[in-house]
Amino acid sequence: MDKPGSTGFDGAPAVTLYDEDLPPDNSYAFSPEELGEDEMILNMGPQHPSTHGVLRVELKTDGEIVKDSRPHIGYLHRNFEKHAENIDYQGVIPFTDRMDYVGSMGNSLAYALTVEKLLGIGVGERVAGIRVITAELQRIASHLLAMGTYGMDIGAFTPFLLCFQQRERILDLFEWLCGARLLYNYNWVGGVSHDLPEGWTDKTRKFLDEFVPVLDEVDKLLSHNKIFIRRTADIGIITPEMAKDYALSGPNLRGSGIDWDLRRDDPYLGYENYDFNVVVADSPHGPVGSCWDRYFVRVREMYESVKIVRQALDRLPAEGDVHENVPRFVRPLAGEAYCRSEAPRGELAFYIVAENKKPIPYRVKGRSPCFVALGLFHEITRGEMIADIIAIIGSLDIVLGEIDR
Amino acid sequence: MTGAAIIERIVARFGLKEGSFESDAEAKDPWIRLPWDQLLAAAEFLKGDGDLAFDTLHCVSGVDWPGDDPPAIEVVYHLTSLTKKHWIVLKVRVERAGASLPTLETVWKAANWHEREVYDLFGVRFEGHSDLRRILLPSDWPGHPLLRDWEWPETWHKIPVKAGRQMTDRAESGQMTGVGPFD
Repeated sequence: MDKPGSTGFDGAPAVTLYDEDLPPDNSYAFSPEELGEDEMILNMGPQHPSTHGVLRVELKTDGEIVKDSRPHIGYLHRNFEKHAENIDYQGVIPFTDRMDYVGSMGNSLAYALTVEKLLGIGVGERVAGIRVITAELQRIASHLLAMGTYGMDIGAFTPFLLCFQQRERILDLFEWLCGARLLYNYNWVGGVSHDLPEGWTDKTRKFLDEFVPVLDEVDKLLSHNKIFIRRTADIGIITPEMAKDYALSGPNLRGSGIDWDLRRDDPYLGYENYDFNVVVADSPHGPVGSCWDRYFVRVREMYESVKIVRQALDRLPAEGDVHENVPRFVRPLAGEAYCRSEAPRGELAFYIVAENKKPIPYRVKGRSPCFVALGLFHEITRGEMIADIIAIIGSLDIVLGEIDR
Repeated sequence: MTGAAIIERIVARFGLKEGSFESDAEAKDPWIRLPWDQLLAAAEFLKGDGDLAFDTLHCVSGVDWPGDDPPAIEVVYHLTSLTKKHWIVLKVRVERAGASLPTLETVWKAANWHEREVYDLFGVRFEGHSDLRRILLPSDWPGHPLLRDWEWPETWHKIPVKAGRQMTDRAESGQMTGVGPFD
């Protein structure tokens, strides 16, 4: 009989979801027994607004100082690689879209390029042009997101709104192009899913014309803001040696002062014919490889992407069937291919092993630039303040969907 | 340097005999397959040699070959030289039972997480690794799921996890799976 006023609830859940005796858990890298005086273990995440996804960071702190840190990933693991062993080659493309879900064009492009390398086929000039345009627009959209949220992580709200407004316009263009706003399934093996709709190129030109002044404004608002510089310009230093040792790529690598861009150094899709500069950090504020450097590389890269899109629009052949080279069946000969491409977050690569004339791949491995970047996280957070951890995570511009796959 | 020249240098440096290694300089990505006990020395040579200067380890992948004799796991290292702008692929085969390799963490620090991933998904142990824990999966996940003969458990902590076979069956029988241009 319940006591008067009792709800009948005795504190025990109706269903026990988890086993009582779990096997030993190794989800903690630091042990409480080994802590020094005044040290404590602090969990940041996995549900933290500034972690850009579901990332858990385990910090060993002494007051406000971070003594050591370990990122824990896997919260978004969707066994992409196991799925890919069970689906035909073209069917894998929508799964790649879901890796880096704010840069989907780059993912499906990297995958399509790898399968094309495996098959030994190429694409026509029009398809290559369209791919360059969409990839660069995606880079702008992705960098806008990185720039806006990075400002917000530090405490600047206005740039975020301006950035998202512009990013929304790119998403509108993509929606017009292929019907989807984020996950496009646009790059196919040997082609793209839809040709450019009528009026799309004019609309894109108009967007570029209106976008550049806004970017100038956001750049003025945020990049050289005194508070912003003081929050970011001397933390999270990645030296060039460290960047190479940890195989960083993309804006993170160039933010450390290394002049390397696949679009120039191992060109694909005819990137060698476009006139653009590889943006390398020159660090006017503080040591090279700081958070500010990585951030500013992204800002300047947007201007370069605008340049590339303009050129690609100008020289896009008027005629051409975008499905011309799309194979009826994808059944490669036994072999393997590894193809890298410069995605917005760095060098995204796929490694595909094929069995002879089978419709499904034997093995697909996605090499994620964010996975690699997070691998050096513990090195650059050592000795920083807790509040700076947020600035460092934001400056690496990671997307957990790609890390966990 | 071309792939053939790089392979030649490795072969000359370690005095590899015909039959103790395989290589293909004409492949889409030139590769060389070394005996596993040469791996660490080869990695150190590739990084340290002035003409080769492979300063970054781009990717480490595992591939399971259960049909081989003996059943083997291949670990594939994709290397890049940012200074020399060339590429090479190193491959090593280890027997599936008790597969273990020396860690390359001491040569390229990028190997740390990549090797953790290979350990997590294939069960290859890397001797000397500083932090060999699972990375993507929960610590109590049964088995190493990218092995070809790995079976889905029915449940994990009473959560049903078994995947359907429809997609595989359709793909293997040559049917399109509903994605792509001509479906």
